[in-house]
Amino acid sequence: MAVSARDGWRQAANGALLSPWAKPLVFAAALVPLAWTVWLGWSGGLGAEPVLESVRQSGLWALRFLLVALAVTPLRMLTGVAALARFRRMLGLFAFFYAALHLSTWIGLDQFFDWPAIWKEIVKRPYITVGMGAFLILTALAATSTDAMVKRLGGRRWRALHKGVFVAGLAGCLHYVMLVKGWQTPPLVYAALCVGLLAFRRWPVRIRPAAARASADTPARRFPDGSSPARRS
Amino acid sequence: FKVPTTIQPPDPKMDAPTPLKSATTYNNFYEFGTGKSDPADYAGTLKTRPWQIVVDGEVAKPATFGIEDLLAFPQEERIYRLRCVEGWSMVIPWVGFSLNEILKRVEPTGSAKFVAFQTLNDPAQMPGLKSWVLQWPYVEGLRLDEAMHPLTLMAVGMYGEVLPNQNGAPVRLVVPWKYGFKSIKSVVRITLVRDQPPTSWNRSQPSEYGFYSNVNPEVDHPRWSQATERRVGEFSRRKTLPFNGYAGEVASLYAGMDLRKFY
Repeated sequence: MAVSARDGWRQAANGALLSPWAKPLVFAAALVPLAWTVWLGWSGGLGAEPVLESVRQSGLWALRFLLVALAVTPLRMLTGVAALARFRRMLGLFAFFYAALHLSTWIGLDQFFDWPAIWKEIVKRPYITVGMGAFLILTALAATSTDAMVKRLGGRRWRALHKGVFVAGLAGCLHYVMLVKGWQTPPLVYAALCVGLLAFRRWPVRIRPAAARASADTPARRFPDGSSPARRS
Repeated sequence: FKVPTTIQPPDPKMDAPTPLKSATTYNNFYEFGTGKSDPADYAGTLKTRPWQIVVDGEVAKPATFGIEDLLAFPQEERIYRLRCVEGWSMVIPWVGFSLNEILKRVEPTGSAKFVAFQTLNDPAQMPGLKSWVLQWPYVEGLRLDEAMHPLTLMAVGMYGEVLPNQNGAPVRLVVPWKYGFKSIKSVVRITLVRDQPPTSWNRSQPSEYGFYSNVNPEVDHPRWSQATERRVGEFSRRKTLPFNGYAGEVASLYAGMDLRKFY
């Protein structure tokens, strides 16, 4: 069968993503925001309020990684590049990683481990309550992210649990919208992206056929490293 | 500006002026964007000459003050605390004169009870006006006795220099016992009025920002505590003081008022 240009592009993308270098590269790239922020903090580049800025940056990156992880499945379906699915777990874990940094910089650098005050803030301030909720969900998902946990929970239950990522995404965006003064544009853009990524899963039919056929044409449903493209959730 | 320093901050030992760099790069001036560094990055387009403030309303002698007229008032340096409603604070050496100098010139009539202020509203100079985060122009207001209070300052400079654009050039209000957003920047109009005028943040979110907006550690913002603040440049938090440390001077203005209701 003749390989069209489009299929050629798709195979090249798949091939690149399947290379043994792909995962370490993405892993290293995902640490760049942390390294950059630490460097800025060390060199005085975080501005007049370095503590707040590092709390802000870690929170923003948590949200970004969460949105990128949520974008993997729609992107895979639109492009037919099945190998994208290999990166979903890692991206999700980085979202958790940056969320953990966000929470710990807030606890340690902003609130100085003043636990009574921290508890009061969590229950009294709706935006912090919502943010904590998102973090607890991400913690549960991170804790059950290993292959062993997938087996232990069983695919069906595991998938049901991991639908929680949508709740975490929405809660994370809501947290951002609620904490700024007035209706500012950036948090609303994040929220719109998040809703868009969720909505895609509700109306896949109209967008999907071409991509679905294409990925059905891809012979290997199983990658050399033994993982399989994760189901749509 | 070589001018005498007439007012020290409430606790000169604890209130060292904030580094100039912080005071000029960490700003809220939404006409240039909502990011803290947006004003420093984008306020270069603001044209501060020529400039005039129209003073009208319930006054015997309405007048227009050119920036040269304002600079001709006797200037002094006053080192004030500045407390932002967001929970950070600075100490700024302003250069300026009491607002009451202007008000006395125009002679408010007996029916003048409040003073309304307005910021420049020119999209060609202010890219942030494209955003709908607030209704433009930015407006603020004071009760007449607050406006006449000797602490209420019209600033034309800071740190001995001409006021930088991002800090509200060429002339801005500074009300040190109120949250920073009351201290309206780049003022073009002052109108004496009978009734309490609308104010931008109150109009945007009335449950969160009241007309008075006096610094008050007892009354939390609905979404965050106002009990403490972080002085920009410092690591740990400090306790926020009633009226931002100016209770001795201004608390009597609010005698008998329930400050929880009139937040």
